[in-house]
Amino acid sequence: MNSVQKNRLKDQLFKYLGIFSTLIGIVLLAVFIGSILVDGLGRIDWDFMSSLPSRKAEKAGILTAWTGSLWIFGLTALISIPLGVAAGIYMEEYGRKNRINSILEVNITNLAGVPSVIYGILGLEIFVRTLRFGGSLLAGAFTLSLLILPIIIVATREAIKAVPSSLREAAYGMGATKWQTVWMQVLPAAGGGIATGIILALSRAIGETAPLIVIGALAYVPFVAKTPMDEFTVLPIQIFNWASRPDHAFVVNAAAGIIILLGITFLLNGIAVWLRYRWQKKVKW
Amino acid sequence: MTDTKAEIKIPKLETKKANVFYGDKQVIKEVDIQIEKNSVTAFIGPSGCGKSTFLRLFNRMNDYIEVFRKEGGIYIDGMEIYDKSVKVEELRKMVGMVFQKPNPFPKSIYENVSFGLRIQGINKREVLDEAVERSLRQAALWEEVKDDLNKSALALSGGQQQRICIARALAVKPSVLLMDEPASALDPISTAKIEELIHKLKENYTIVIVTHNMQQAGRVSDKTAFFYVGNLVEYGSTKNIFTNPQEELTERYITGRFG
Repeated sequence: MNSVQKNRLKDQLFKYLGIFSTLIGIVLLAVFIGSILVDGLGRIDWDFMSSLPSRKAEKAGILTAWTGSLWIFGLTALISIPLGVAAGIYMEEYGRKNRINSILEVNITNLAGVPSVIYGILGLEIFVRTLRFGGSLLAGAFTLSLLILPIIIVATREAIKAVPSSLREAAYGMGATKWQTVWMQVLPAAGGGIATGIILALSRAIGETAPLIVIGALAYVPFVAKTPMDEFTVLPIQIFNWASRPDHAFVVNAAAGIIILLGITFLLNGIAVWLRYRWQKKVKW
Repeated sequence: MTDTKAEIKIPKLETKKANVFYGDKQVIKEVDIQIEKNSVTAFIGPSGCGKSTFLRLFNRMNDYIEVFRKEGGIYIDGMEIYDKSVKVEELRKMVGMVFQKPNPFPKSIYENVSFGLRIQGINKREVLDEAVERSLRQAALWEEVKDDLNKSALALSGGQQQRICIARALAVKPSVLLMDEPASALDPISTAKIEELIHKLKENYTIVIVTHNMQQAGRVSDKTAFFYVGNLVEYGSTKNIFTNPQEELTERYITGRFG
């Protein structure tokens, strides 16, 4: 076999290896989703969505869990978005490129990889105990904000970095101040990338279980949270609680809960993908 | 208004013993130059001779380079522009710039051209409308784009984008226009349009154009300055520079012995 034939063979091999690997992922995902749908789809109805949890599986509903998740989503977004985007803008546009800032940069990127339960422990000490928020939505939201802050900061920085310097030159050349350049040209141009990063970060926050358990989100919360200081539960915790019961009827509830959580996750990721597509179309360098 | 012999004519742009350093490297060496109002001056010279750096002295765009350092005086209308009291944003309203690669904002044509006014706080629709039309007409682009000013500037051709950039610069009514190889990224037809534009603009603006294209310098400029390795080798009327250069180096450059 000469070298051309060898290379062609390698090409084909790699191609089929790629297809095979992709298929494994897709098939496994399909099997998982399929079995969940089979188990839980029938359980989802208006009663399920609007009922409080109960010791009886047929009566147990997911109301507290999805309202809790919504609360957490909203509060976390309110706290983490302004902080994360502002930090990202500052580091990228205003920060000087010296050693201290380089060390800071590395540390922030590392924070994105810290196991989430550690954030839970941090949140427990700072927000629950020291600041006396208790095991409330506020404590949960602050804790999760800490968790996803590095993700938002990195996404913001990457999006800003992708804006070519010719854009800034044009703005400065017109007599714009630094802030005008950032606010009127750089940020809008980076907007799609920042939005994508934010949505992915929040999508992660919705699925987080461990840190919320640590700060005290309960598994059995028979009331809907009304203020940020209330105790709460969220979808992943409720699912976990139901899935570990011996009664098969609760497992069905868990499957239904999973479908809802997955639905929300896919929706958020879908929005992120669509946003990224729209942004890339609009901003062609 | 005519100048009488008793009036001292202050040149529009002037440098006295200008030196520029990037760190330890000296890129502009002891340059004295005087540029008259409402003239077109071409800076020519081989790559790396410092002509772009020198051009950018006049609107302080070199300030963003960390290792940049200048010595000597840089004057516009007799005023030292690197003085601490000078606000660089005000300077850039007086001195506009057009870059080599067209760089319109990824926004609509209208938003591009009106940007310079909006950053000054001018928001009235009628004022912006008037300025946008005036500038686009001056840039010989109005007829081509007037039907859809909300179209994205990036959807235009390269030559049109560059004229958007020119219109954008003109909208704030600067008195000086600095052009850094404005046509080098464009096709011949667009280039010709831009050269025609420069002819018309000369009446109201002082224009300095950096070009590596000597024929272009010959076509558009009244005076030409030849730079070589950071030195201003020769500066005079374009006709003289190209037909009767005083310096041997100039002669060798324009006859293409080196490039």
